[in-house]
Amino acid sequence: MANNTNGAEKHSPLEQFEIKELIPIEVAGNDISFTNSALMMVIAVALICLLMLAGTRRRAIIPSRWQMVAEICYEFVANLIRDTVGNEGRKYFPFIFTLFMFILFGNMLGMVPYSFTFTSHIAVTFAMAMVVFTGVTILGLSKHGMHFFTLFVPPGVPMWMWPLMIPIEIISYLSRPISLAMRLFANMLAGHTLLKVFAGFVPLLGAAGVLPLAFVGALTALELLIAFLQAYVFTILTCLYINDALHLH
Amino acid sequence: MTEREPKDTHTDLDERLRRFRDKQDVAAGRIDNPESRTGGIGFAMRIGTELVAALVIGVGVGLLLDGWLGTKPWFMLVFFVLGSAAGIFNVYRVVQNQGGAIGYRSGQRLTSEDANIDRDGE
Repeated sequence: MANNTNGAEKHSPLEQFEIKELIPIEVAGNDISFTNSALMMVIAVALICLLMLAGTRRRAIIPSRWQMVAEICYEFVANLIRDTVGNEGRKYFPFIFTLFMFILFGNMLGMVPYSFTFTSHIAVTFAMAMVVFTGVTILGLSKHGMHFFTLFVPPGVPMWMWPLMIPIEIISYLSRPISLAMRLFANMLAGHTLLKVFAGFVPLLGAAGVLPLAFVGALTALELLIAFLQAYVFTILTCLYINDALHLH
Repeated sequence: MTEREPKDTHTDLDERLRRFRDKQDVAAGRIDNPESRTGGIGFAMRIGTELVAALVIGVGVGLLLDGWLGTKPWFMLVFFVLGSAAGIFNVYRVVQNQGGAIGYRSGQRLTSEDANIDRDGE
């Protein structure tokens, strides 16, 4: 990513987010082409499968390195669910684990030079957020029926405040998918753009380019942290929403 | 959680695993110590978007209602205010470590004993 920018040619820092069609496919007038974004998703899924299959191939008591990595991922998500939802949350482990690994790999693969970060597209993050949001709403409705709507009435609020509080709570509830999607997408977009912009300063400044170069180095480390943190935040919020749906107040 | 081997044969491994897991917890800002829990970067990162997202939804709902009922710009104005209120509530809840929950459930839930007992028992 860093050496992609050349002082002589003009490279937009946003070029890295361009969607390119690899295999054009059209079904009934809908463009469902296989794009570089889709390719990265396939790679992410393939790598996750590979990691988990390699890790669980020989289930040794003293784990090999691959088994360690697979177990760390498993335990990380398992602990997360236990800490936020409790034992009832175990049922949702497959979904949450998939979500976490998919986002984590998407973010991490985006850190590879010349690759593409599919989580930097709001279409992708919003789709995931909507799946979480609708899933959690259906879960809450099926678990509690009409009682689910007491979620919008904060306990301890006097009756005359309800006309004011209920719209606020509904807005607050509806803002969940937006904030989920926006957080991940904005962090990825901003981080990668910033990296590219600073990398662009390196050739422009000549000898003084050492400074932005050092900065890009530090930023890359920060981006790696953010790549992990954003996957973590998305996952923990999903857990908290499931927790809300399971045990209202 | 997963089965643990008898202590005497795998003490070293257990110890190493435990240390590793603790390090992981620290890295994730999810330390057992309840006071430091709120300090995690993960939580800090949520605040900005919580505020904006509620505002976006508020204005969006207002504009939709306006378009539908032809009352421009009244619903937008009302829902702008409601959206800001919702955003501020959201931020308040995150800061109170109520886990982005709707309502005013106490934040103690997240650090409840059962989670900690499990962990100590390992």
